[in-house]
Amino acid sequence: MTYTTLSLTLIFVLIPLLLSKTLKLGLEKDTIIATLRSIIQLLAVGYILKFVFEAQSYLYIFLMVALMILVATLNARKKGAGIKGITWKIALTLIVIEVVTQGVLLGFNIVPATAQYIIPISGMMIGNAMVLSILFLNRFTAEITSHHNEIELILSLGGTPKQAIHRQLINAVKASMIPTIESQKTIGLVQLPGMMSGQIIGGADPIQAVQFQLLIIFALLTTATLSSIMIGFLSYPALFNERMQILEMK
Amino acid sequence: MNTLYEPAIHLQQVSFSANDKTILKSITGSFPKGKITTLVGPSGAGKTTLLKLCNGLLSSTDGQILIDNQDISTYEPTALRQHVGIALQAAPMIAGTVFENLALPRSLQEKGLTEQEAIQYLQDVGLDQSFLQRPTNKLSGGQRQKVSIARTLINQSSILLLDEITSALDRQSVQEIETLIATINKKYNVTIIWITHNLQQALTIGHYTWVMMDGELIETGKSSLLNAPKNPRVAEFVQGVNA
Repeated sequence: MTYTTLSLTLIFVLIPLLLSKTLKLGLEKDTIIATLRSIIQLLAVGYILKFVFEAQSYLYIFLMVALMILVATLNARKKGAGIKGITWKIALTLIVIEVVTQGVLLGFNIVPATAQYIIPISGMMIGNAMVLSILFLNRFTAEITSHHNEIELILSLGGTPKQAIHRQLINAVKASMIPTIESQKTIGLVQLPGMMSGQIIGGADPIQAVQFQLLIIFALLTTATLSSIMIGFLSYPALFNERMQILEMK
Repeated sequence: MNTLYEPAIHLQQVSFSANDKTILKSITGSFPKGKITTLVGPSGAGKTTLLKLCNGLLSSTDGQILIDNQDISTYEPTALRQHVGIALQAAPMIAGTVFENLALPRSLQEKGLTEQEAIQYLQDVGLDQSFLQRPTNKLSGGQRQKVSIARTLINQSSILLLDEITSALDRQSVQEIETLIATINKKYNVTIIWITHNLQQALTIGHYTWVMMDGELIETGKSSLLNAPKNPRVAEFVQGVNA
């Protein structure tokens, strides 16, 4: 695709801009910022990936993955600001997810150990884990606030912090995983997944594209389960002190 | 407070602050073992905070609390809370049935509660067995308080802290609960510390009374002190409540 052809796709940006202006939605500024950011960010990533793919250096792959984990951690931690040490807890979760998923994929030679595979798959896993962490923390903090009395009740009767927070933890883990499970139920029926569509448009054999997509969705299940459970179990002790008293969330 | 009695709980210059606000100011006093002590005073006096300190839901910022002559901080928190039970003012319930709520204290210790035991506890607080499988969100305020009291009794604590447990009950239910608590106190020698806004209740059921105001312990003694308070602030408070 030439840059001239690509520039024609800006028609898709003009349509919402015109509608926003006509209907006075006030979204013009945000639309323009979002468009400019996606152009700059994606072009930058494109050039970086081109450089890394050509270099085939494990150091560059490591740096790319580390950068992804850093950005995802900084983004997700805002939702758990009231939980002490949430930054390293999210970072540790994302590192474990990366190690587990790449460990299986590379360890069993399911994909080749090249930048072309490691970086995009890492991006999908870390990105998904980031969204899951945000969903989990959102729900978990809301559950704690709305069920403070119940938590205090269980503590008052001689329960441990783990027993006191059990219901809220399970509810938040379930709630954060539901979108992943539900979207997998209708995958291929409603929408073709982005990666699979990309491969097909790029000229790949549809069956091969499906095989890769299956690999990704199975790995995403592990990502979803691991991220919410790990963040949950790492976070809840920070809500209590050593005398098993619930701390106020700031 | 009368020194003839062995204290179940002794507070020595206990203070508590949270969010830069002083809630309890240097409280010193004892709750006699095997007796009923009522805590009275206007809202915001720090009565609930005091109970939560004794149950270990909160820790004092200054001073010392002794439970059965042992520093509270040396108790393992779960053991302390089983030993010193509390019925919270809001009567919070876990989602589920009355039976699940009654079984909660036992399930936290990985033990079970039989239906027969649950029925007995319900009857003790004046509820019949038809309540057993009722979801707690279908209970009235008074019924919730009764279930909350029954649930607190299940741990068979040596010290019971009751935070306005009869505020949502009708007159007859109040009398039933007063009789029940008096029986538990007499039969099992359980120490009771009871927050109430009902001065008549404090006079009839309490052996001793603490009057608290603005985080301070103003006057203590036999409950009859409410009939003739020495402290003018207490006299004014009693007059205001009885007016």
